[in-house]
Amino acid sequence: MGLCERCKKAQATFHITKIDSSNEKLERHLCERCSIEEGHVQTHKGPPLPELLVEHLIGMKPSAQAIANLVCPECELSYVEFRNQGPLGCPNDYDAFESELASLVERAQDGATQHIGKTPRSFGQPRPKEQDLQSLRRELSDAIAAEDYERAAKLRDQIHKLESE
Amino acid sequence: MSGLDEVARRAGEWLRGVGPMHEIVISTRVRLARNIRGFFFLSRADREMRQAICDAAVRALKKAAGLENYAFVDVDALDELDRKLLVERQLISRQHADGVGARMVAFDLTEACSVMVNEEDHLRMQVMRSGLQLDEAWTQINQLDDAIDERIDYAYHAQYGYLTACPTNVGTGIRVSVMLHLPALRLTGELERVGQAAKDMKLAIRGLYGEGTDALGDFFQISNQITLGRSETEIINDFGRVVIPKIVAYEQAARKALLKSRLHTLDDKIHRAMGLLQSARLISSNEAMQCLSHVRMGLHVGRIKQIDLQTVNELFLQTQPAHLQKLQGERLNGEQRSFARAALIRARLNSN
Repeated sequence: MGLCERCKKAQATFHITKIDSSNEKLERHLCERCSIEEGHVQTHKGPPLPELLVEHLIGMKPSAQAIANLVCPECELSYVEFRNQGPLGCPNDYDAFESELASLVERAQDGATQHIGKTPRSFGQPRPKEQDLQSLRRELSDAIAAEDYERAAKLRDQIHKLESE
Repeated sequence: MSGLDEVARRAGEWLRGVGPMHEIVISTRVRLARNIRGFFFLSRADREMRQAICDAAVRALKKAAGLENYAFVDVDALDELDRKLLVERQLISRQHADGVGARMVAFDLTEACSVMVNEEDHLRMQVMRSGLQLDEAWTQINQLDDAIDERIDYAYHAQYGYLTACPTNVGTGIRVSVMLHLPALRLTGELERVGQAAKDMKLAIRGLYGEGTDALGDFFQISNQITLGRSETEIINDFGRVVIPKIVAYEQAARKALLKSRLHTLDDKIHRAMGLLQSARLISSNEAMQCLSHVRMGLHVGRIKQIDLQTVNELFLQTQPAHLQKLQGERLNGEQRSFARAALIRARLNSN
């Protein structure tokens, strides 16, 4: 699992293999947003373009100042404090620090970004959609690595179907 | 005195039993980290909140199915010696023993299952089994977790799974640890192969008492480091199907090689250790551990027959400082401990 090669920020979830006229294989690894922006994915109900652009600009690399100002509204721990002296302050930190914590978790957990396994009773069965998506995406990248494009196409359709549910 | 005096006289089930592959695998431990929704993690919790977490956890544990006969011990109220005793028995961690503020431990009478309240996370539950019993340990802790889950809401996140104070435990919150006895690999200088086998599967190796401790007397603990992105059973299967059988095979091969081509060296180690244990008047816990390790191997390769495994296993535990003092019924300084330890060992080994 790597980062999107275009924005280098989000998780690359779209793995595109193109074969051009000279039979050269071109591989692209993009996040959902970049693949939409490059026109690889048609969105039917996505936001109109200007809104998307604004969102994209807001979501761009936060400045050092912005990171320094990240504070959890619940336990009031700042991201800088967490980086300097360890444990998180409360469960909400995982959301409050999401922009910075995501890559840290990914590095600590050998590239993993999504829980797979047991869920508590309160979370309810069946398994959450994200887990299924994650394992489908894993299968997809395996299929691509194995150059099994027929299977990859099927998996891609399954992913799209699940995502639009 | 707390009710822990009796505890010191017996060995926990996990150490007494002889589970699968017990010649090499001492014990299997599975631990789960859980936090209760609605509270801060402990680093951010003040005294009142720590107490509230502890109360909420204990209420839930006391109502949970299957925990009716658990003993509840207020760790904060224990003196230092009793806390050390619980650490030596692996019922609580050093961090939990040395912590501050409201904290508890609940355990069943066989000491196979325990739940620490207010360690690094609100709840740290563990199951210990003798020998290699990964699936059994997982089944048991999964039930324990379900029973507690019925009584309390865990902090959980759709993406990150079970939320923990440290992101290195997030996801499943599972830590699987297998304790191995590898005296022959140490004698043949092949421990590196063990390190490599563990590293290949991204597992960590530590000494007997977990994080930051050196390996004592040829005992090594192998644990997973990755907790996110793989299911509990996938993580467990790495141990049971891949890493542990490989290391066990290395140790068996090393024992065979020693028996075949270096029998005198092997016999010398084993009988020297036995002689030392049977004659010493002062012995440190490290020296005792090293000698007991060689005697334990001697039993398994059939070079010593006059003592039984249970005696050796019990001595591993009872020669440690807190146990020794509990058994003697008094506080002892370093030299007094060495003397009492040597006397205890002589009495146990020479009576068989």
